[in-house]
Amino acid sequence: MRTTPTTVSLVAAGALALAALTACGGDSGGGTASTAGGAATGKIAVSATDTTCDVATTELPAGTATFSVTNNGTKVTEFYVYAAGDRVMGEVENIVPGLTRDLIVELPAGVYETACKPGMVGKGIRGPLKVTGEAKPLTSDAKLAEATESYQRYVRSQTAALVEKTQEFVDAVKAGKIEEAKRLYPIARTYWERIEPVAEIFGDLDPKIDGREEVVEEGMEFTGYHRLEKDLWVKKDVSDSGPIADRLMEDVKLIVSKANEERLSPVQLGNGAKSLLDEIATGKITGEEDRYSHTDLWDFAANIEGAKAAIAALRPVLEERDPELVKEIDENFARVERTLEKHRDGDGWKPHNELSKAELKELSDVINALAEPVSRVSAAVTR
Amino acid sequence: MTVIKRRRLLGLGAAGVAAAGAGAFAIRSAVTESAPAPRSEGPADGPVPFYGEHQAGIVTPMQDHLHFVAFDVITDDRDKLIELLQEWTAAAARMTQGKEAGALGAVGGRPEAPPDDTGEALGLPPSRLTLTIGFGPSLFDERFGLADRKPAALAPLPRFPGDDLDPAISGGDICIQACANDPQVAVHAVRNLARIGFGRVSVRWSQLGFGRTSTTTAAQATPRNLFGFKDGTNNLKLEDERLLREQLWVAPGDGPGWMTGGCYLVTRKIRMNIETWDRAPLAEQEAIFGRTKGEGAPLGKSREFDEIDFDLKGPDGEPLIPADSHIRLAHHTRHGGARLLRRGYNYVDGSDGLGRLDAGLFFIAFQRDPRRQFVPIQRALAREDALNEYIKHVSSGLFACPPGVRDAGDHWGRALFT
Repeated sequence: MRTTPTTVSLVAAGALALAALTACGGDSGGGTASTAGGAATGKIAVSATDTTCDVATTELPAGTATFSVTNNGTKVTEFYVYAAGDRVMGEVENIVPGLTRDLIVELPAGVYETACKPGMVGKGIRGPLKVTGEAKPLTSDAKLAEATESYQRYVRSQTAALVEKTQEFVDAVKAGKIEEAKRLYPIARTYWERIEPVAEIFGDLDPKIDGREEVVEEGMEFTGYHRLEKDLWVKKDVSDSGPIADRLMEDVKLIVSKANEERLSPVQLGNGAKSLLDEIATGKITGEEDRYSHTDLWDFAANIEGAKAAIAALRPVLEERDPELVKEIDENFARVERTLEKHRDGDGWKPHNELSKAELKELSDVINALAEPVSRVSAAVTR
Repeated sequence: MTVIKRRRLLGLGAAGVAAAGAGAFAIRSAVTESAPAPRSEGPADGPVPFYGEHQAGIVTPMQDHLHFVAFDVITDDRDKLIELLQEWTAAAARMTQGKEAGALGAVGGRPEAPPDDTGEALGLPPSRLTLTIGFGPSLFDERFGLADRKPAALAPLPRFPGDDLDPAISGGDICIQACANDPQVAVHAVRNLARIGFGRVSVRWSQLGFGRTSTTTAAQATPRNLFGFKDGTNNLKLEDERLLREQLWVAPGDGPGWMTGGCYLVTRKIRMNIETWDRAPLAEQEAIFGRTKGEGAPLGKSREFDEIDFDLKGPDGEPLIPADSHIRLAHHTRHGGARLLRRGYNYVDGSDGLGRLDAGLFFIAFQRDPRRQFVPIQRALAREDALNEYIKHVSSGLFACPPGVRDAGDHWGRALFT
C-alpha cells in the first residue's frame, strides 16, 4: 500500500471518450459471462492438469469463442488467452481441481497463445492459437479505447478471484485455523496486489483494507489484511479476529463492486504500472509491506504481473507510437522475472527475510531498470 | 591493528611546540617547484571547461564539495555500456556548464512524462562542477572483452597492515568524482548520472565530502583536515608542470595507448577516531604529524612552507620530526621521489550509534602509476605511521582515469572501446 492515497492522473481520461469497440470481451470472472454477439463457435474443451494444457483446437475463426476449462489436476489452475506481449484477451481464474469453468472471449483475427497456470504461478503451460478471418486494423483511437476495455477485463477477472480467495482466508481466520489462514494470506493478497492501481482510486477504502499499522490515521482502527497478518504471525491468536475478518470481507466486496465499474484511461494505465513498480521499490524490497509474515515476494510477483497487465493493455498503442520503448520494457520485464524466479519456493516464494542483502540489491536494480522505461509510457501513449 | 608509540611521542615534550610548520595528513611531498603566477580559476560559481587534453577535476583548483560514486555495471552487453558512456558524456558536458542533464530539462518536457532533469539545481550557477570518470580493475574481466586492454598499473592494491576494508563500500567497475563549490550541484550531477544509468549500472557505493583537505594550486590557502591540521601544504600543484608530467600524467609507452594523458586514482575512506584524538595532548598530535598545529610548519621550522629538515634533533638527542611521524614516512625522498596529487575531502556520515562522530577523510590521490607511488608510500605508512592509532582505512578504490574528452564527437572511454 501507499502511505498516502494515490490519485492517478486523470489528464488524458478524455482521450477515451471514443468510439465503442469491436472486442468487448466476455466477463471471464466466474464463468457466468454473456457473449457479445458474433458467430457462436461451440465450446472448445480445455483439459488442464498439473503438467499439461490440452486445448481441443489451435485454430479458430474470428469472433466469440468459449473455452470450457476442466481442471483434471491437483492444483488450482488458471486459463489465459494472450495476444502478443502477454496482453490478456481473456482469462478465468481459480479453477479448483475437478471443476469446469467457461471463458468467453472475443478474438479478432491474429496469433495468440493459450496458457494454463497450475498453481497459479509462472508463465504457465503455453500453446499456440491462430484465429483466422478478416483482420480489421484498429485506428489509433480505437486502440486506446481497447486498452481500457482490455484492462477492465483483467480487473474483473482479478476481482472475482480476490473475493473468492479473501472469503477462504476470512473463513479460515474465523474458524481459528491459523495454519490454513497463513497459507491463504499471500494467495488472497496476490489478487489485491495485481490491481492495486484501481483499488487506490478509492482512497477511503484502501487504508481500511491494506493499511499498515503505522499509516493508520489517528482515531482510525487498524483493520484489514495487515491487522489479520499481525494477529496470525505475532499475536498467534485469532480468537478475537472475527469482526476484523468480517469487515475485511465487506470492504473487499465494496471495493470490488466499484473497481469493476472503473475504467482507467490509457494515462492511468501507464501511471498505474509505474506505481506498482514504485510499490515494489519502496515497500517490498525493504520488507515493510508484510513485516510480520515476510511474504513480500508474493506481493512483489503480483505487482509485476499487474504492471505487466497494464502495459499489455496498452501494447497495441505503444507498438505504434514507440516500438523501441516496447522492446526496452519487454527486455526489462523478462529480466525482473528471471531475477525473481531465483527465489521461488514451490508454488510460492521465499520469505523476504531469507534473502541476502546482495539478493535484494539485485532485485532493486532490475526494478529500477524496468521502472525508468515504464515511467515514459504515459507520455508515449498520449503523444 | 596499530603499533602504539605514544610513550616516546609524549617524551618528546615541548620540543616541537615552539617550532612552526605545515601539517598534512596522508601522503605528503616536500618542496614545491617554484610556483609561477597562479592561473586564474575564474569566479567560484562559474563553469570549468569540460573538454580538453586531460579530464577536469584532477588539476582543477579544488572545489569545496565532493560527491563520489562507484558503479557496478549490471549489463553484459558491451554496446549498451558504450551507449551509456556516450549518454553520460553528453549529460556531463551539459551539467558542468550549468545546464540541465537532458535537453528538455526539469520543466520543459510534456506533463505526462517524467522530467529529464531532476530539477534541484535549477537556478544554481555551474559552481565549478567537474565530473571525472575512472574505470576499475573489475571492468577488465571477461564481460566486455577488455581483458587485453587492462593496464598493468591497474593491478589490485596489496593488503596493507591494519586495513579493515568493507567490500560494500570498496571497488566498483566505474567511478565518477563530482566536485563543485555548491554541494547541491555535485549531488544533482551524481543523481542524474545514476538515473541515466539504471538498468546498465547500479550504484555500488557513494560518498559525500566537504571542506577540501588539499590544495591543487598555489593560489589556494591550505585547508585543514578533521584532526585540525593543515593538509596538502606540499601537494602536487597545477603550477608544477614538470612534476605533473613526471608524476601524474600517463605518458606514451607507459602502458596501453588508451590511457595516454590519463592517470590513476586511488580512494581510501579513512575513519578517524575523533574523540580519542581530541583527548591527545597537543605535543603528541604535532609529533604524530611532524608539523605544528597552528601554522603547519615542519617541526623545528617556523613557517608552513619552510623546507622540512629531518636531521634536526631535540635537546634529548631524538629527531625533532620523529621516525614514525606522518610527514617523514610519507616524504618523497623516502620513496624515490614518488609523489601524489591528493584531492581528498573531509566526511561526516552522522554518528555511529555509540555516541561518536562517524567521520574522517575521504582520501583521493591521482598519479601516474600506483605501483610506484601510492603502494610504496602506503606500505610505509601502514607499517609505522604513529597516526595509525587514530585512523582506520575502511574502504579502498582503484581506477584508471582516461584522458580528457576532446570535443562533442568524443566520449568518455572512446579509446578504450575502439
